[in-house]
Amino acid sequence: MKEELLHGHAATAHGADPGLSRRKFFGITGGLVAASFLVDACKKKDDSGINLGSGDIGILNYAYALEQLEAAFYTQVAATPYSGITANETALLTDIRDHEVAHREFFKSALGSNAIPALSVDFSSITFSSRDSVLAAAKAFEDLGVSAYNGAGKLLVSPDYLLLAGKIVSVEARHAAYIRDIISAGTFADSSVIDANGLDKSRTPQEVLAIAGTYVKSKLNASNLPTS
Amino acid sequence: MNLSNIINEIAKTDDEFFEKTSQRRDVIRKITRTAALTALPLALGGMFQKAYGKTTDVIIDTLNFALALEHLEAEFYKMVITTSSALVQATGGTAALNALTTIRDHEIAHVNFLTTAIQGAGGVAALKGNYDFTAGGTFADVFTNYDTLLAVAQAFEDTGVRAYKGQAGNLMGNNDILTAALNIHSVEARHASHIRQMRKARGASVKPWITLNQSGIASTAVQPIYNGEENTLQATLQITGINGTAVNANAASEAFDEPLDKAAVLAIVDPFIL
Repeated sequence: MKEELLHGHAATAHGADPGLSRRKFFGITGGLVAASFLVDACKKKDDSGINLGSGDIGILNYAYALEQLEAAFYTQVAATPYSGITANETALLTDIRDHEVAHREFFKSALGSNAIPALSVDFSSITFSSRDSVLAAAKAFEDLGVSAYNGAGKLLVSPDYLLLAGKIVSVEARHAAYIRDIISAGTFADSSVIDANGLDKSRTPQEVLAIAGTYVKSKLNASNLPTS
Repeated sequence: MNLSNIINEIAKTDDEFFEKTSQRRDVIRKITRTAALTALPLALGGMFQKAYGKTTDVIIDTLNFALALEHLEAEFYKMVITTSSALVQATGGTAALNALTTIRDHEIAHVNFLTTAIQGAGGVAALKGNYDFTAGGTFADVFTNYDTLLAVAQAFEDTGVRAYKGQAGNLMGNNDILTAALNIHSVEARHASHIRQMRKARGASVKPWITLNQSGIASTAVQPIYNGEENTLQATLQITGINGTAVNANAASEAFDEPLDKAAVLAIVDPFIL
C-alpha cells in the first residue's frame, strides 16, 4: 500500500480542458453566491492539482482523499508502533487501521473510474516513535474526519450517499472518542469539540482541506465541489 | 402512554396547526412563529425560517421523533445522577461520575435545542413522558447495579446513533437542520464509544465500536439494537477482503454503523415508556 501511495503525484485527475472547467464553474456560481466566495474562487481559478470533481462524485472523492490520509497514517502506526504501546492500544489501533482501509477501499471501488489517484502523504511532522505525537495526530485526524462528514452531508444530493456518509461518520466519532480518552480520560466529547447546544463540529471542504493539506503532498483542487 | 402514541398525537396537532384553509389559524400561526423567532438568537432564527418550507411537516415529525429519544436519554441520565451518584462514585470513581454528568448535560442540551428548533418552525414540541428504566423488570437493578446502569446506557447510546442515521434522509430538505442533526448524531457516537470503554474497564467484552451483531450485554432484550450491524455489504460492495486487503468480517462490520428505521427504534424503546 505504501508503494501505491508513492505513485500518487500532482496530476489533473480528469484532464478536463481548463477553459471549459472555468466556464462551467462560473456558470454554476454566477450570481448565486456571496461576493467573498467569488473573490476567493478567483484567486485560485487555476485547474492545477488533483481535481476532486463536482456534485456527489466530488464529495465522495473528498471523502476518499481523507480516508486515504487516515488509512496511510494508521498503517504507519501499526507498522512502527510508538514506544510503550499497550496490548490493548495495539489491538484497537489495528482495528482503526482496518476500518480506515475498509473506508478507503470502499470509496475507491464505489468511485471506479471517477476516483482520484492514490495520494502522496507527508507525515514528516509526526514522530511515529512518540505516543504523544502519534495520538495528537490521530486525534486531529479523527476530529477532522467527523467535522468533514458532518459538513459534507448537506452537500450530497443522493440520500443513499448521505446514509453511507452517516454509516462512516459515527465510526469516526467512536474512534475520535477512544483516541481522546487514551490521551486524557474523559475528554471523549469535551468542550473543545462539543458546543453549548451539545452539537459536534462541522466543517466545509475548504476548511478541512486547509487543515489536511499539511499531511498531503499532492495538491487537491476542490474548486468544483458543491457549496450548498 | 407509549411513544408511538405521543408521536401520533403530535402529528395530529401539527395537521391542525398547519390547516391552510383557516385564515384565523393562519394569522395565529404567523404571530406564534414571529414571537418564537423574536426570542431566538439570530443564527438559530435563520435556520428555522429556512425550515419553514413544503417539507416542514416531515421535518417537524422527524425532529419530534429525535426529541422523544433525547427526552428518554436525558431523563435516564438525570435519574442516574440524582439517584445513583454514590454508586457510580464508589464503583467507577470520579471519572465515571464526571463522564455520566457530561453525557447528561449533552442530552439535556439536545432536548432544549430540538424543542427550540421545533417551536421555531411552528411545530409543537414533544414533552417528556413517563419512563420505566427497568423496562418492565428486565433491568430491575438499573439504578443500584453499576454494570446494569452502564449496559442500559450503552443500549440507549447505540440506539440513538442508529436512529439519527435512519432519519437523516428525511431532513435533506433543510441544510441547517440536517447539519444540526448530524452534529448530534456524532455526539451520540462519542458517548457510545465512551460508555463502551467504561464497560470494558468493568470486564465486559466490548470495544468502542460494534463488532458484528454482538451487544456484549447478557440480556437478550437488547439484541434488536444490534441486529443488522453484522452487515459487511455496502452499496453492493463486499467489504470483507475488499480489493485484496486483509479486512476481515469483524472489521468490515465495525467500519460501518447501520441505521434503524422509526418502527424498529420505537419497538426498542417501547418497554422503557409508560
